[in-house]
Amino acid sequence: MDIPFDLLLNAIMAGLLLGGFYAAVTAGVSISFGMLDIVNIAHPAFVILGSYLAYFININYGVDPILVSILMLPPFYALGAAVYQVYHVSFEKRGQDALRGLAFFFGLLFVTEVSLILVFGVDYRYVEAWYIGPSIHIGIVDLPLRMLVPCLAALALFGVIHLIITRTFTGRAIMAVSQDQLALQLMAADPIRIKRIAFGISIAVAAVAGALLIIIQPVEPSVGREYIGRVFAICVLGGLGSMPGTLIAAMLLGVVESITATFYGPSWAPAVAFGFLLLTLAFRPAGLLGR
Amino acid sequence: MVKFSLIAVAVGVALLLGAHWVSVDYLYFATYTILQFVVLATAWNILGGYCGYVNFGSAAFFALGAYSSVFLHKAFPLPVPLLIVVGGIVSGIVGLGMGYLTLRLRGSFFAIATLALAVVLATLVVNWDYVGGSRGAYIIRPESIDILGLKITYIEYLFALMLALTVIALIAARAIERSQLGFGFATIRDDELAAEACGVPTLKLKLIATTLSGAFMGMAGAPFPYYIGYLQPSSAFGLEYAVNSIAMPMIGGTTSWVGPLVGAILLGTAQQYATVTISSAVNLLIVGLMLVAFVIIAPNGIVGLVQERLRARRRQ
Amino acid sequence: MTALLHVDNITKRFGGFVALDGVALEVNQGERLGLIGPNGSGKSTLVNCICGTLQNEVGNVRFDGKVMDGLSAHERTHAGLARSFQLPRPFHSMSLADNLRIPLLYTVHARQGLLRSTADLNARCHELLEMVGLAAKAHQLPRDLTQVEMRKLELARAVGAEPKLLIADESMAGLSHSEIDDILALLMRLNERGITIILIEHIMSAVMKFSQRIAVLVSGKKIADGAPQDVVRDPEVVRAYIGQ
Repeated sequence: MDIPFDLLLNAIMAGLLLGGFYAAVTAGVSISFGMLDIVNIAHPAFVILGSYLAYFININYGVDPILVSILMLPPFYALGAAVYQVYHVSFEKRGQDALRGLAFFFGLLFVTEVSLILVFGVDYRYVEAWYIGPSIHIGIVDLPLRMLVPCLAALALFGVIHLIITRTFTGRAIMAVSQDQLALQLMAADPIRIKRIAFGISIAVAAVAGALLIIIQPVEPSVGREYIGRVFAICVLGGLGSMPGTLIAAMLLGVVESITATFYGPSWAPAVAFGFLLLTLAFRPAGLLGR
Repeated sequence: MVKFSLIAVAVGVALLLGAHWVSVDYLYFATYTILQFVVLATAWNILGGYCGYVNFGSAAFFALGAYSSVFLHKAFPLPVPLLIVVGGIVSGIVGLGMGYLTLRLRGSFFAIATLALAVVLATLVVNWDYVGGSRGAYIIRPESIDILGLKITYIEYLFALMLALTVIALIAARAIERSQLGFGFATIRDDELAAEACGVPTLKLKLIATTLSGAFMGMAGAPFPYYIGYLQPSSAFGLEYAVNSIAMPMIGGTTSWVGPLVGAILLGTAQQYATVTISSAVNLLIVGLMLVAFVIIAPNGIVGLVQERLRARRRQ
Repeated sequence: MTALLHVDNITKRFGGFVALDGVALEVNQGERLGLIGPNGSGKSTLVNCICGTLQNEVGNVRFDGKVMDGLSAHERTHAGLARSFQLPRPFHSMSLADNLRIPLLYTVHARQGLLRSTADLNARCHELLEMVGLAAKAHQLPRDLTQVEMRKLELARAVGAEPKLLIADESMAGLSHSEIDDILALLMRLNERGITIILIEHIMSAVMKFSQRIAVLVSGKKIADGAPQDVVRDPEVVRAYIGQ
């Protein structure tokens, strides 16, 4: 096949930008699923919820979506902590009931999606900001700001999470929850409290990712479902809870999806993530960087 | 076992005769949908309730059955009962493949993979023009059909087929529950390590369950294109299948065949009634909220609540 | 006497941590072996590798003349290897009788290929419950049991598989003297019926009373293996237990 070089280069660049954004969407799942072992399949629903809030405030009050996302951090953190509390009391405490915990999150995913349909309808919604529209040209490479700005914001967010986890006491306690409950007790930290904080962070991150998403593309309530396969593929491929692994896997998936969309049409892109997920589960369940 | 099968068949025949006597098309349409949900819920429960493995991809298995029928309708027309068999085989094989790839790993990986399966199959179908692509496919349904010299409307025929499938699914579920296989499934749900130590071949049993479960979902989907007349990816992969096939057993109760039946009849009837009076989105919202409420408050479903009540009364 | 179990040079790593380091062990037909070692010395990992719950990358396990490597846990149970778990793992949703029905259905039946009648099955379940003194609770759920009863159920379920070799993983932790004697007597009776037994235990008096031979694991290595009296006097064992 004869592949035009400039098309390929642009596809790879677009993929890297997309991958940076994917890393931010997955960061929350890397915490909840990778570190806390909570299979929060409703995570993309919180992302879309963030998108719609950013949309609502942007359209009505003209506030910049990224600024909105920062303002949304505390309420979404509280929401996440509350969801974890319900999950803990209803499922974790009663012991080994993965089935019902999964059904619970599935119900949340579903209720959120249908509620958004009822409030906003099924039309695509988008936001307005100065960086939506113009592009930077470097040689033959086109960098649309609507991709570049979210990608940079996502990478900044990703960096902050990485710092929180590796450098703060709470962050190290979160890592300990995933590896060694005994060590955690020796640190005199309450594992339930640590998990509640971690889950709150993961949902707060989802809100920011949602605001970034609606900058990149118009959003309707069921878009979240496409992200389920994507985020879990990245999370597993990245090696469950490894932040550097997540970043690499996100970039990889972004590039492969972008190339697929460029050369085979965008309607094929969702299948790529699933293919990734199945291949990973079949051949490298420990992830890219795993042993 | 034989006795139960006879009773189930007798109830089925009685329903069939009763419906034939009333013979209102709307009634056929409405009950077909409810029966379809009974099959889906029962199928989901074979894997979810008995083995404890969550399948979020019911819509995918259902749609596989439906699209097998669309494909064969164009390529190689067959009578609907045979289409049901083919749909069952196709979905069963996909279930087996999914299980083989993911069931050796942690339980949650299987659930995540089934979630993604629906997205991918929908992508494939949307891009496959032969079965209608994103535009959808028309299936012209004959007005009526001759069965053993008896001329009945086609919707009655489809209703009778779905009724037969329901009876078969319920008999199968109850038979599994009380067999060696059912005991094995329950050990997997309770504790897989201990099950292996007792000599239970857990992987093999899980694969049997995913195959059976997927096959019944495919069978439920196979007559669907004829029922609806015009099949679009969005209706075959509809959210209502994914959520109902989980919500119905969870609300009814997952440990026995009665739970999915009760849940499907209750929720199915309520939805049939509610779609007429309120919007279908509100409808689905109620199902979702009920699912969340039940898993938190009544983890053993309606059947569990009734059993507890009976046990409490016996103790007094 | 012929060796029933050969464990040859088993090594098991978890990440960088070496849990077992070239462990070799032989157990003879009909023998009562005690396996001791401090916490975290690799005893349970060794059991898991022998029974197929974990797969060892290095070394071999041969049992009853057959190579076990690569076989899954249930295949090893079918071959005649049964174990109890350190923390009892009953099937929570099943009555005690149904708990015992599982090894009968899935191991004894699968091995002998003969269809047991329901009456046969019930009789055998009752017999097993009788053996551990739980017959009166046949129709109760595991959550109604006390700690001792739970451990007895765990043992009965392992015996239900009609094993040639039974590995009892800390069946006595936390029990009183009379309860320990109860379980020891039970294990002795099983041994008299020809079942080879490996007893993994912390309680030295029980191990000394029960074992014909003792093997000692310390940090994943076998440091002693011999007659009980010799092993407890071995300076290396003493050092490992009391510390330098």
